[in-house]
Amino acid sequence: MYYVKNDYFCAKFLKLKIFDIEIMREVLNSAKNGMLLVFLCLSAQVFAWSDTQDEGAVSTEEEIKEYIDHHVKDAHDFHLFSYTNDAGERVHVGFPLPVILWSSEGLVTFMSSAFHHDDAGEVIVERKGARFVKVHSKIYELEAGATQVDLDAKDHPTNAHKVLDFSITKSVVGILLVGLFMLWAFSSLARQYKNKSVPTGFGRVLEPLVLYVRDEIAKPNIGEKKYRQFTGYLLTVFFFIWILNLLGLTPFGFNVTGQLAVTAALAVVTLVIYTVSGNKDYWMHMLWMPGVPVLIRPVLAVIELAGAFLIKPFSLLVRLFANISAGHIVVMSLIAIMFTLQDSLGAVGATGLSLVLSFFITLIEVLVAFLQAYIFTMLSALFIGMAVAEHDHEHHHDTEGHKVPDAEDVRGDFI
Amino acid sequence: METLINDFSPGLFIVQTILLLGLIFLLVKFAWKPIMNSLDERETGIQDALAAAEKARADMQNLQADNEKMIQEARAEREAMLKEAREIKDKMIADSKEQAKIEGDKMIQQAQATIESEKMAAVAEIKGQVAELSVSIAEKLIKEQLAGKDKQMKLVDTLLGDIKLS
Repeated sequence: MYYVKNDYFCAKFLKLKIFDIEIMREVLNSAKNGMLLVFLCLSAQVFAWSDTQDEGAVSTEEEIKEYIDHHVKDAHDFHLFSYTNDAGERVHVGFPLPVILWSSEGLVTFMSSAFHHDDAGEVIVERKGARFVKVHSKIYELEAGATQVDLDAKDHPTNAHKVLDFSITKSVVGILLVGLFMLWAFSSLARQYKNKSVPTGFGRVLEPLVLYVRDEIAKPNIGEKKYRQFTGYLLTVFFFIWILNLLGLTPFGFNVTGQLAVTAALAVVTLVIYTVSGNKDYWMHMLWMPGVPVLIRPVLAVIELAGAFLIKPFSLLVRLFANISAGHIVVMSLIAIMFTLQDSLGAVGATGLSLVLSFFITLIEVLVAFLQAYIFTMLSALFIGMAVAEHDHEHHHDTEGHKVPDAEDVRGDFI
Repeated sequence: METLINDFSPGLFIVQTILLLGLIFLLVKFAWKPIMNSLDERETGIQDALAAAEKARADMQNLQADNEKMIQEARAEREAMLKEAREIKDKMIADSKEQAKIEGDKMIQQAQATIESEKMAAVAEIKGQVAELSVSIAEKLIKEQLAGKDKQMKLVDTLLGDIKLS
């Protein structure tokens, strides 16, 4: 039951992804993608995973599925690689990261090495009288009196509750690294302009990208007059998502933009920006739509409100999360063909097939990394553009007195 | 859906929101604003430079047209001057010729008059000398002829005869 559900999600992610490549429609049309679903359900059989905890080398189907599942989640320590030493012991190489928790006993901090790579709730860490366990990359605080964590059928602890986890997780490390990189790269680009009008070196690579976001995303979607004040946000988000997406394709295994919390934070910032900067026209069109019968207006207002506050941010956050997660799952699954099809294709055949497929899907992922950054930024710009669009501005008139639609009108009609 | 909600980490959400807002703030302050300003400046600079170049080109064309015009004018002026000079020269030559002719004629006339008068003088002188010579000859002749008495008598007779006749 559990992995049927997981397969369903896997399918769902992919479906979203294919949609985005075809330049996204907002509503999922499951009938249209029935074929894809069938294909995914068939292929998912190969990568079925269970919840057995085995610290050995990853080679069986269950372990592969478990490994992928684990990878897609956030991690509390930075794991680089594992190997089996001469004595037959499994050695994990990586480094621990700080765990910061807001528990019933207040703020608690310790290094993630305290859990000894345990992810099944077996190691209990006691700090300030509170006891913590880690189950499937989540940290739970044991209820008073409990000495051991009890898991239900779905592997959720029954005698422990979640705590607010502000840990410097692997994702946070990724965010910090990318943030520092962006600060260094773009402030050095900014400094270059003080001395010369055309940047040299790395700045020459960055400048066209900045111009691209400004001229192809911000200007056409927000409009010539108001794009300036939002360009900073759009540039930040574009490079943030793009670099993190690309970082996710490296063997370090960052999956930052595949974390719901990260994409949700991005979507919420966009939501706040277009809500705060929305002008009178925007609210008017949302709450009391002009030009429609009065009776329909409240109904439209409900739909518009739901659209602005739920559907728009939700489409942003799910699209990015689903695309990146699906990408990671697909790449890792294709790599896993090496082990899973070894019996039927032989070692060379399985490895060759795996190499070819994962090579080409990684190429596509490089494209998707850019595409998703572009789509997120473009839609954010579009939503902001809708909120600040001027509907009653001066119109040019031709000789017969008819309105001549200008670019602003066409854009207004479009959104 | 349940798995998704279970996977959602509120802590990470808060951390990411704070980091993102910080990153936006820092980047806007230290990167995007200066970059955008510089790009705008550069673009207006390029626009201005293009306009200036266009203007310079137009000026150049005007200047060239002016030069061309001036050259044309100078050429026309030169032509006119040459023409005038040629006319003056022709006129002077013609005048000189006329003058010379008149002068020549005058001189010829004077010469002719002088020659005439000289001739007259010479003729007169010759006449005088001829007369004188004739007289002296005649004198000598007469002297000769009238040396004897009878000759003188004969002559007187002749002369007397002539006179009768006259």
